[in-house]
Amino acid sequence: MSHLIIAPILIPALAGMLLLLEVRERHRLRRITGLLACVALLAVSILLLRQAWEGGYTVYQLGNWQAPFGIVLVLDRLSALMVLLTAVLAFPALLYASCGDDRRGANFHGLFQFQLMGVNGAFLTGDLFNLFVFFEVLLIASYGLALHGRGPERVRAGLHYVVLNLVGSALFLIALGLIYGTTGTLNMADFAVKAQALTGSDATLLSVAVLLLWVVFGLKAALFPLYFWLPATYAGATAGVAALFAIMTKVGFYAILRVYALGFVAGPFAGLGQQALWWLALVTLLLACIGVLGARRLGVLVAYLVVMSVGTLVASLAYGALDAVAPALYYLVHSTLVCGALFLLNDLIARGRGEVADQMLAGPAIVHGGRLSLLFFVAAIAVIGLPPLSGFVGKVSLLQAVPEPAYWVLLLVAGLCGLIALSRAGSTLFWRTTGEGSGLRPARRHLLAVLALLVLSPLMTVYAEPLLQFSQAVAAQLQEPQGYIRAVLGGDV
Amino acid sequence: MELLVAIIIGVLVASGIYLCLRARTFPVVMGLTLLSYGVNVFLFSTGGLKINEVAVVGKSADPTDPLPQALVLTAIVIGFAMTAFLVVLALRSQGEQHSDHVDGKQDDGGHQ
Repeated sequence: MSHLIIAPILIPALAGMLLLLEVRERHRLRRITGLLACVALLAVSILLLRQAWEGGYTVYQLGNWQAPFGIVLVLDRLSALMVLLTAVLAFPALLYASCGDDRRGANFHGLFQFQLMGVNGAFLTGDLFNLFVFFEVLLIASYGLALHGRGPERVRAGLHYVVLNLVGSALFLIALGLIYGTTGTLNMADFAVKAQALTGSDATLLSVAVLLLWVVFGLKAALFPLYFWLPATYAGATAGVAALFAIMTKVGFYAILRVYALGFVAGPFAGLGQQALWWLALVTLLLACIGVLGARRLGVLVAYLVVMSVGTLVASLAYGALDAVAPALYYLVHSTLVCGALFLLNDLIARGRGEVADQMLAGPAIVHGGRLSLLFFVAAIAVIGLPPLSGFVGKVSLLQAVPEPAYWVLLLVAGLCGLIALSRAGSTLFWRTTGEGSGLRPARRHLLAVLALLVLSPLMTVYAEPLLQFSQAVAAQLQEPQGYIRAVLGGDV
Repeated sequence: MELLVAIIIGVLVASGIYLCLRARTFPVVMGLTLLSYGVNVFLFSTGGLKINEVAVVGKSADPTDPLPQALVLTAIVIGFAMTAFLVVLALRSQGEQHSDHVDGKQDDGGHQ
């Protein structure tokens, strides 16, 4: 059995523990350890993607306990893609934070690694209770990271974030209890099989459990009406942390997609909660448009762009039986990377403007604003979905896959709102200047981190064809849940 | 006994939710604690309720289900850590904002 599949969890776990042991505030050592762990993670996730691409499913039984009794890790194309995306996002985010932001509080690097461990674990696990545990790991690390640095605003947003997620965890546990009580299993594959055979009151209880799961995952994904925590938390967080958080909402989307694809596309529970998800996603999209237009700080604007991408993704999932998953995955990768880059850029702009920071007011000219404005321009085009960058490819293929008038109208309106909001933001921030500024100029490593994320958008356009083919292959694998179930439980299904 | 456990869970969760909706951090913390107690008892009961039976297969004719006990142990540990974190956060919030209101609003004559 290949042990490589557990490496994305073990590498950050070990690095995080080592970083906690380093108590003498040797920042250079900490940064190098963290960055090395990220590079190792990147290498491992590329290997895993190749393995998933060639060999189908890899099942890793922890402690060699047979599924469904033990906990399994499952690597398929979807989880390999998500792990790779995490690693690609994590390195620039950590590089950016390593230019000084990491010194504004204790144990930044350790928390960052534990956050990565939780995210990777959530992507790889094949067990529902284990998913809960990894959710908690990533959440408790994210609480620390969201509060990193000081300021009353951060504490207030953090308090809301923590309380909401604790209630979410309680709901998650109730759902898990109901699932165990009715099906007698928490293994995802076994659950998908056993759920089909339920009848009567057990079936009703299971429906309740699954709808509760949608609520919990919807909270993580920031779906209406559970997204109100997001703008304040993300806009308040330190730049590198906010960039990493761009993947967090996608963890919620991934969890919905995984559970949905396994047991709720066909069979007696087909389409459970699908209608509700569809309408909620459309409302999310609409409110994100209003949020983008009404934002008075660039950070809040970018946070609403994240909400917008969530609405786009969940609506495409809820539209039909996984028909639109392939373009949705392309769009997911694109929006995560570009939103990450925008959070970093937001911080650079705020630094460059000094006191006014990222508020949409006339302020001092940005020191070395030319380069920043160019980067902002590219990121804006990418995130809105104008040609020629990756957002355009993603949105066009989504529109083709979801021929539904409401979706078309909302997605195009969302693009228009994004265009208006970002062009207004750009002209205010870069052109409405009041004399020479006294802000900080961006360090070379800062620009390098932003560039590393932004350059992926044109690359994703150039290689759009193979990438879309790859996401087709991922979707094809998701449409065959029997393969997953057979791989986990053995051939007797 | 099922009825008794169900009532206990219901009362715990209901009071937990009520307290969670209060505007001060201390009731919210208490509410989350009660909520997690309710959820833990619920998790514990998902394997079926049995009296005087051990959770070991082979020691008894009708053993009770050990898995919910393991799950609830995990949930208790996580819930306890989270509550501790929340208490620290609430204290820091009060220290920085000079108010124990969840939105950081200043006191308006002691109304809740």
